[in-house]
Amino acid sequence: MAVIRKKEKKEIGQISTSSLPDIVFMILFFFMVSTSMKETELVVKFKAPEATEIQKLENKSLVSYIYVGPPVESLQAKFGSAPQIQLNNSFSTPQEIGQFIASERDALNEADRNKMTVCLKADKDTRMGIITDIKQELRKAEAYKISYASLKSVKGY
Amino acid sequence: MARKTPEINASSMADVAFLLLIFFLVATTMDIDSGLNRVLPPWSEKQTDAPDIKERNLLLVHVNKYDQIAVQGELLTINQLKDRAKEWVLNRADDDNLPEKKVEEIALIGKHPVSQGVISLQNDRATSYEMYIKVQNELTRAFNEIRDELSKAHFGKVFLELEKEQQDAIAKAVPMKISEAEPQNIK
Repeated sequence: MAVIRKKEKKEIGQISTSSLPDIVFMILFFFMVSTSMKETELVVKFKAPEATEIQKLENKSLVSYIYVGPPVESLQAKFGSAPQIQLNNSFSTPQEIGQFIASERDALNEADRNKMTVCLKADKDTRMGIITDIKQELRKAEAYKISYASLKSVKGY
Repeated sequence: MARKTPEINASSMADVAFLLLIFFLVATTMDIDSGLNRVLPPWSEKQTDAPDIKERNLLLVHVNKYDQIAVQGELLTINQLKDRAKEWVLNRADDDNLPEKKVEEIALIGKHPVSQGVISLQNDRATSYEMYIKVQNELTRAFNEIRDELSKAHFGKVFLELEKEQQDAIAKAVPMKISEAEPQNIK
């Protein structure tokens, strides 16, 4: 005796999307907290060298940045392609570093002033001459802590 | 009779949140700056001679404008540099030409022969920054490996996993002495 079964249409109930805004908000807050906006616009381009023994720079508020590299393409017609130093948002000479360090130091708490670190972001094809000049100026400005920005080497030669 | 306020339609909330989310996704930069940390020596007007360091306690590393490396006048490749520096600092055989060691009492470790060796790095103005960083990196690696070995021998862990006091003790036993000579052009 055959029982003919009617094909039952199994419908899956619609997935409730009411918690979607909550999830999205959660991700949103994560990104809002972890985000840090770019403060300086680079007028030089640099590709950091690679190293294996790098340490993270802690406490970003105590770090001042000096960029070294050839000017970006749009400015090369005006400034040439020789490596330049960038402090804040413009090209500078090594002699201006002293003043730059002084103003950066003034912006810090008195207790934190001796913890100030200079992060040197230089292009790997730069010659050491310009770097040495910067180091000499930093020594004169009594900014002794320096970090040579470099990327984690993948090869680890 | 109090009028019932109509419920606000919240279905567009997700769209608004998505919009903000995408904005922050694009605007965010998550890169943490990292690099080789160094401490520069204080500036002095008059060119003082190098502090009195015995010849055996000084390892001269030169990098010339062709990015060639010479250690004590002997040409080396970048791959040999770390082992050379390590052997020199450790001076396992207590050779008279390699750096002397001074036995010091260090907390948590006890008596330890501390190497008095200083590595002096000198570069030309035309040395490439990439090579300079490579050399700095190799020298740091030499010291880090020595520290790791000592950490493992004393605490059974690598240097980075140690407690703060233990790290300080190891750092005292293996001081990272890399000095940079006053700039001058070398051949």
